[in-house]
Amino acid sequence: MAPAAPAPVKTGKRVTMFLGLFIALWWTLTQAASPVPPPGATNTASEQNETCLACHGDKGMTTERAGRKVSRFVDAKKFSASIHGSFSCTACHADVEGKDLPHDAPLAPVNCGTCHAGEQEQHARSLHGRAVARGDPLAPRCVDCHGNHEILPVKNPRSAVAPLQVPFVCGRCHREGTPVQRNRPIHQDNILENYSESIHGEGLLKKGLVVTATCASCHTAHLILPHTDPASSIARRNIAATCTRCHAQIEAVHRKTIKGALWEKEANVLPACVDCHQPHKIRKVYYTQGMADADCLRCHANEQLKRSRDGQSLYVGTGELAKSRHAKVACSQCHSEVNASHVRPCETITRPVDCSSCHDEIGQQYVKSTHGQLLGRKDPNAPSCVECHATHGVLGKQDPQSPTFATNIPLLCARCHREGQKAAMRYTGRQHEIIEHYTESIHGKGLLKSGLTVTATCTSCHTAHGVLPRSNPESSVNANNVPATCGRCHHGIQEQFDNSIHAKRAAKSGKELPVCSDCHTAHSIRRADEASFKLEIMDRCGRCHQEIAKTYFETYHGKVSRLGYTKTAKCYDCHGAHDVQAVTDPRSHLSRANVVATCQKCHAGATRRFAGYLTHATHHDPRKYPLLFFTFWGMTALLVGTFVVSGIHTLLWLPRAFQMRRELRAEAEKAARSRAETAVAPPATPAPEENKNA
Amino acid sequence: MPEGGPEERQFVRFTRLHRVMHAGMIISFLCLALTGLTLKFSYTGWAVVLSHLLGGFETAGYIHRAAAVVMLAIFVMHLVDLFRLKRREYGTWRALLLGPNSMLPNRRDVAEFAATLKWFVGQGPRPAYGRWTYWEKFDYFAVFWGIAIIGSTGLTLWFPMFFTRLLPGWFINVATIIHSDEALLATGFIFTVHFFNTHLRPEKFPMDITIFTGRMPLEELKRDKPREYEALVASGKLGEKLDQPYPPIVIKTIRAFAWAALAVGFSIVLWILYAMLFAYR
Repeated sequence: MAPAAPAPVKTGKRVTMFLGLFIALWWTLTQAASPVPPPGATNTASEQNETCLACHGDKGMTTERAGRKVSRFVDAKKFSASIHGSFSCTACHADVEGKDLPHDAPLAPVNCGTCHAGEQEQHARSLHGRAVARGDPLAPRCVDCHGNHEILPVKNPRSAVAPLQVPFVCGRCHREGTPVQRNRPIHQDNILENYSESIHGEGLLKKGLVVTATCASCHTAHLILPHTDPASSIARRNIAATCTRCHAQIEAVHRKTIKGALWEKEANVLPACVDCHQPHKIRKVYYTQGMADADCLRCHANEQLKRSRDGQSLYVGTGELAKSRHAKVACSQCHSEVNASHVRPCETITRPVDCSSCHDEIGQQYVKSTHGQLLGRKDPNAPSCVECHATHGVLGKQDPQSPTFATNIPLLCARCHREGQKAAMRYTGRQHEIIEHYTESIHGKGLLKSGLTVTATCTSCHTAHGVLPRSNPESSVNANNVPATCGRCHHGIQEQFDNSIHAKRAAKSGKELPVCSDCHTAHSIRRADEASFKLEIMDRCGRCHQEIAKTYFETYHGKVSRLGYTKTAKCYDCHGAHDVQAVTDPRSHLSRANVVATCQKCHAGATRRFAGYLTHATHHDPRKYPLLFFTFWGMTALLVGTFVVSGIHTLLWLPRAFQMRRELRAEAEKAARSRAETAVAPPATPAPEENKNA
Repeated sequence: MPEGGPEERQFVRFTRLHRVMHAGMIISFLCLALTGLTLKFSYTGWAVVLSHLLGGFETAGYIHRAAAVVMLAIFVMHLVDLFRLKRREYGTWRALLLGPNSMLPNRRDVAEFAATLKWFVGQGPRPAYGRWTYWEKFDYFAVFWGIAIIGSTGLTLWFPMFFTRLLPGWFINVATIIHSDEALLATGFIFTVHFFNTHLRPEKFPMDITIFTGRMPLEELKRDKPREYEALVASGKLGEKLDQPYPPIVIKTIRAFAWAALAVGFSIVLWILYAMLFAYR
């Protein structure tokens, strides 16, 4: 990018003379108007500077920094010509004062803010300053734009930041191919090229109009902020103010398009200047959106239009577009690489549409998400924006027709996450049949059966754009974040939970603590008043509280629960559900102050003595419950003793009993025979076998 | 096994009241055992099925308490009957309690027990038992003891609110253990030892229905209770104690009932064994 030639000169001599006079006059003026010199700037300043220049005046002076040779030469001539020429070196390099010279340690970076506090403060707030604070190696500091020892007054045409120089200073980083343009999220292309062809660039570079808009005119010099920042000079609501700094009363020539009264009353509803006059490409011609889109549609309204590379249809349905969320967005706002100076403006397009040019924050979330990471790795299965939102027909999530409308989300995600689909196939975790389980869950039923659009859908928990696996600490479904995620709807529960013994903050325990999903599951969440849930919850408590759950099942409460009835007390009836505390905690439902009232929830009229019932009693622990232990073993001894004695008695009896049986049978048979012979059976005779004729 | 021809008269061992009380005991005891054990062995699949068949744990609880009331009523009825018996037949408590037909164990029982053990091992003849053998007396007092222990702890569990005014809360836990283990002893004992001693003994196999009919053949009395028989013959009162046997249809009905009770009892024994041996936790 070569600087534009200065305006052609017809009468060279006169101009030179004028220029000489002008410079002389200007020089005297700037000298007179130069700020009050700082404390170091006395007559001795030049003497002091002599001392520094004794070394730094040597052109060959270098030091090593990070293995590289860095020149430490200070051009005394240029310095004395600079705006800081009258200052002593120590005015800026304050830390050299009092050091033995020559100093060994490199000096600290100069803090320009000592004098230029306002500028420094703006810079710190700006995009550049924040990047510096982040430690971004590409971030510009004062010296990167202004230089160091040879800083000239801004009105000096040779100043690094004189209007004519500004596009080149900024362009050092903001032009195609630079590390900044390639690696930082900058959503404009060919900035310098477009600017130089725009009406502003033409004025500055071709016509030498130093009052024309340069980069700094719109973006400010020091407080450069992204357009998404409401404080930015190029934020949508500020852009008119920025443009009208030069284009005062521009409303006068916009009467055809904008009603005059709106300029004052409802400036926010007006299209911003850049909606018609694209930034960096502003030309003299009169733009309307319709015209620009109509240009595109000359070709793209043709249903047969196909991309030669792969035969993909390039047809754009105007009906679809008109109904979409982007109905008022011009084609070129998304397809930003178009170049109006080409016959076919779209031939300069090299990349697919980057939605994050406008949806910046969402774009940043997406890039970090699993979906975005897959796309970054060029995975063919990776869902990009259009996979969920569609292209020209994109609808808002409030529109029931939209695939991102609440009731459509489960099916949208199911396209990949249903069992057998591409996302489910690469998934290796424990959650299966997610869609089916969700549909049967309380959330799924609420959404799909009851039509409650406020019910939790996939995106309510997993977020829409920042989807990350559970193992990632940043994930909304990471164990540490689950309570907050659920708490976005179940806020009251989260408040209780956050103070409970199960909450990380309160428990101060290194042990793994349960979060919502450990008890309620992730996708199969059921109503807490369903019997099956009430019964299963005890086993869930028992997964960690193994011993205490076992002893619970030895008591009446537990035994009835085991039989499948929910009426007796379960873990949470006594301990509380989300507000569970250690029983030693005064806030616990089972603390000394609360336990009787807790029993009274079921046992009206319960007393403190009644509350002494051991709800987790076991007769297997002689130290904890000696009475129960000895009662149990006493009873067992009685039982075993009785059975052993009577068992032996019975066994001993058996042979005799069999013998008796044989004898009785024999006698009965004998009696039957004799009866058959005699046919007489005197009932009074003592013959016991007679009746045994079965 | 008919109890002799219809023309033969039989010895009446049990009064109508005794028989009704025993039947009542069977029904209430089985109800108590079934409903109670579902809770004791709630960890077995059986218990869950049974509990639902019985109409849920609350209904089972009502059945349990109703049966307990019936059993206590029988217990009281028996005590009242003892008073009546003393007044009508014995005159004094001494005659009732220390006479030959007393239920109280005495020196002769010790001797008979020793003689029986000798007979078991082939060292002597079968002893000549009286109206009540020592094992029958043992069964009788086992029920006395059982009703006292299980009944008192059962009432504690039924009215914990009342009893914890007098006793500490942990006593409910102790009462639970006693109630449950004593019940296990009672059911186990009744359904094995008692069943064997009275029904499954080879010479009586498959069952002795004297307790239901009240009647036993005279020959059986002579063989099993020779001392009582001789005393009756000696006193000349044997004739008063004889009666006609029941018609076959009554006997059949009685057998059906007795078989049902036996079947339930054995099922419970199998269930207990399963629960204790294979599913115990």
